[in-house]
Amino acid sequence: MRRILLKLFRRRRLHEDLEAELAFHREMAGEQQNPIPLGRTSQIKEEAFDLWRFNGLENLWRDLVWATRGLRKTPGFLFTALLSLGLGIGANTAIFQIINAVRLRSLPIPSPHELAEVRIVGGNGGLGLNPGSYSGLTRPIWQEIRSHQEAFSGAFAWASNQVFLGRGEELRRVPAVRVSGDFFPVLGIRPWRGRLLLPEDETACPESKAVVSYAYWLGQMGGVEIGADSKLLVDGELRQVVGVTPPDFFGLSVGEHFDVALPFCQPKELRRDIFDTVVMGRLRPGWTLERASAHLQAISPGIIEATVPTGYSAYSDERYKKFRLAAYPASAGISSLRTQYNSSLWLLLGLSGLVLLMACANLANLMLARATTREHEMAVRLALGASRGRLLRQLLTEAGLLAAAGAILGIGLAQFFSQILVWSISTASGAVDLVLGTDWRVLLFATAAAVATCIIFGAIPAYRLANSEPTIAMKGGGRSITGSRSNLALQRLMLVTQIAVSLVLLVGALLFVRSFGKLITFDPGMREADITVAMLGYPASNVPPAEYKKFSRGLLEEVRSIPGILGAAATTNLPLLGSSWEHGVHVGSADGGSKFAWVSPGYFDTMGIRVIAGRDLDKKDTGESPRVAVVNQTFVRRYLGSANPLGVTMRTSPEPNYPSVVYEIVGVIQDTKYSDLRGETPPMTFAPDLQYPDPGPYTVLMVYSKQDPEVVMSTIKRTIARNHPEIITTSADFQTWIRDGLVRERLMATLAGFFGFLAALLATVGLYGMASYMMARRRNEIGIRIALGASRRDVIGMAMREASRLVIIGVLIGMATALLAGEGARSLLFELTPYDPPTLLGAAALLAAITFLATFQPARRASKLDPTVALRSE
Amino acid sequence: MGKSAQPALMQGTLDLLVLHALQRGPMHGYAIAQTIHLLSDEVLKVEEGSLYPALYRLELDGAISGEWGVSENNRKAKYYSITKYGKKLVAEQQETWNRLSTAIQRVLAR
Repeated sequence: MRRILLKLFRRRRLHEDLEAELAFHREMAGEQQNPIPLGRTSQIKEEAFDLWRFNGLENLWRDLVWATRGLRKTPGFLFTALLSLGLGIGANTAIFQIINAVRLRSLPIPSPHELAEVRIVGGNGGLGLNPGSYSGLTRPIWQEIRSHQEAFSGAFAWASNQVFLGRGEELRRVPAVRVSGDFFPVLGIRPWRGRLLLPEDETACPESKAVVSYAYWLGQMGGVEIGADSKLLVDGELRQVVGVTPPDFFGLSVGEHFDVALPFCQPKELRRDIFDTVVMGRLRPGWTLERASAHLQAISPGIIEATVPTGYSAYSDERYKKFRLAAYPASAGISSLRTQYNSSLWLLLGLSGLVLLMACANLANLMLARATTREHEMAVRLALGASRGRLLRQLLTEAGLLAAAGAILGIGLAQFFSQILVWSISTASGAVDLVLGTDWRVLLFATAAAVATCIIFGAIPAYRLANSEPTIAMKGGGRSITGSRSNLALQRLMLVTQIAVSLVLLVGALLFVRSFGKLITFDPGMREADITVAMLGYPASNVPPAEYKKFSRGLLEEVRSIPGILGAAATTNLPLLGSSWEHGVHVGSADGGSKFAWVSPGYFDTMGIRVIAGRDLDKKDTGESPRVAVVNQTFVRRYLGSANPLGVTMRTSPEPNYPSVVYEIVGVIQDTKYSDLRGETPPMTFAPDLQYPDPGPYTVLMVYSKQDPEVVMSTIKRTIARNHPEIITTSADFQTWIRDGLVRERLMATLAGFFGFLAALLATVGLYGMASYMMARRRNEIGIRIALGASRRDVIGMAMREASRLVIIGVLIGMATALLAGEGARSLLFELTPYDPPTLLGAAALLAAITFLATFQPARRASKLDPTVALRSE
Repeated sequence: MGKSAQPALMQGTLDLLVLHALQRGPMHGYAIAQTIHLLSDEVLKVEEGSLYPALYRLELDGAISGEWGVSENNRKAKYYSITKYGKKLVAEQQETWNRLSTAIQRVLAR
């Protein structure tokens, strides 16, 4: 402490003091003719001053100033370095930002770590109806949990769905949540305006109160004060708006948002087979997840026994009774993005990390080249007594400065990149709302990336310097006769690494791009293009339920009669869009399941599906005629083998609203894909729509027309609205909808392709630079060879042979790495294995071509060398 | 470096000699060098190249303190005096030195 103060206060005078003291000393010595030897003044000063300096800090400052000056003098290098670092760190940070938002960050509520979710261990196995993107619990299970649990100080439940706001032309579909009365109080959300929903709002159906989100309140309600006249028309009924949720509260499902929150209401009879409710709670003080899970396990049998859905088969009942509940961490909320994008995001982070590594390798080369041109300078400084450590520090300071600037640039770019990423995974049918903050995790990540890059590209030139001999460097003027072996070995190692890394990236790019191409051009066995899906809903109409089927037929005929429409048919289940509908079936002695859809006559025609045996469903199949069905080839193979399927009967297992029915198989269609382009074709059954046991006030039509989809959609909407103003019509282009479902594949293909392109580019630049540099280092050697009679071809051959040796080693290492890493990508690929030989060969060939191109030019230049010039410059 | 008859000062011994010299009272750098020279019967010669760095180091350590004053011949000179801490230090170092030199003599005597 005293030293620091002394240093601070005295250093200003230090110089003059010492000067004066030395002058006095010499004068005295001179006067007395004293022969005491004199030292070198400058050295004395240096030594004396060194003590009084804040050495570390001051040297660092001087290094920084020096590095800044040095970098400013080479704007080309600075630009390349900053751009590649900024892009590399930016891309990595952007992907990490999304992972952080989706997976890691806690919900914006008080004490999020106390939050736990109650789920069925292992999920419900597809039993009952699962409308959400994550399977939850049923409302009756929630009510049992609420009255029996002791693990939570407060428990609540919610379900997300969509509601229609307004009416007529103004009608809009918006995302909504239905919440139990304890939802807001237990979460501890404070109202922005008015009040939030409370337990007393949970009334008999229909509910009368509603709360809106901040965004909806500001955007759609003009941000006016909430009062008695704040009302909202939800699904055709007027609700009182009692309050507004705060701006940062988006619900508990990350990636989604809600416009309206409605309280749960108590219908006359609560359905026991709809798994749409998420149950959460705050753990009691002192309770761990394990203890809560054990408690839930213990009370599970009672809860499950009390909530068994009625009308299912004995087998389903058995399965249901095996369900057990447990508590899972929920501090980061729940998210369908998490399961959907989990592996892709980590894979993308890995790929972008490799790109950053490539950028680092290139930068290391640039630094190395810079260091080489400064080798002479460094050697002189070393010889004059500068310590090696001092010079090393200087090089590392330069690297650190670059990395820091790159990181700052990268964090800036990341904001932009991550927005683009989020935008690219959003689709017309499902916008993704993510709050992409830059919190400490993101900053830590970017810093770590910068430090890692700095170490990689700073340490290599520093290592070189540490091992250089000043005498040799000075003598050779930066160029020894053969280019010292060890120096070139380092360069070769880096070349091999670069080739290996870029091979991995190229393989990744090719795999994902090809996989996406296959998906896009894949024939699912049915018509995808020129099909419009129209969904007509008439819950507010006065059509009696008994007339639904007849009314639906009428709507179908109206659409069919529109000019330009080549075909239209109704169905109860949309193909290829992720929805699934299964019933248990018994065919002879065989038991199993089959996908089911009830379709109108002409469905197969409209969808371009061929009937390969028996007959199509037709007008004679009515609600009164015998029950008939058309099955697909897989159904026949699975349940009937080689027997003739026509005339065989099948029986369905009973379910609520779906009593057991015996169908006669009258036709067989070709196999098509079912809910997804990926995956196996399941057994499928199609029955006449008029024989559908549980009709509702809605009709789903598949419409075939060669006209522009926009035109078709608006024509249908207009025609229906003219005759039935109360009908809600929503429509979409079938193919666009399917492609929206491929957004993950598109994202992977685009980004992996982009990273592959970057890798190829970086590899080309890196290889070219390296080849030029190596040729330049070996000028003398080549000059001697030419002088001794080597021909141009020999020189080029020598260079190319060496390059191809490196490429082969690099490609082999890269292949091994790609094969190992490929396992992680397996589940993301469509009709391709990670070991796809054409992909591996293609990537290797591409790299070989790149290497050839990048090495040939420098080799040719070297071969044109005039030996006399090369040797004279020694 | 120098004549062989001129023993080089061992590392660390200069500090001890300087502190010892200053126990006689405050003096400037030249006087310190002279004192050591004379006390050693003109065997040891302290170069200014080692003296001043040593003085600056000792001052920084707090073993001596420097103050500008006027010399015998009316010139401005920096006078160094030993501090309390310096006195403690010299006692310790003297003890160490004594033990060391006896040990060396014993070794050389055999």
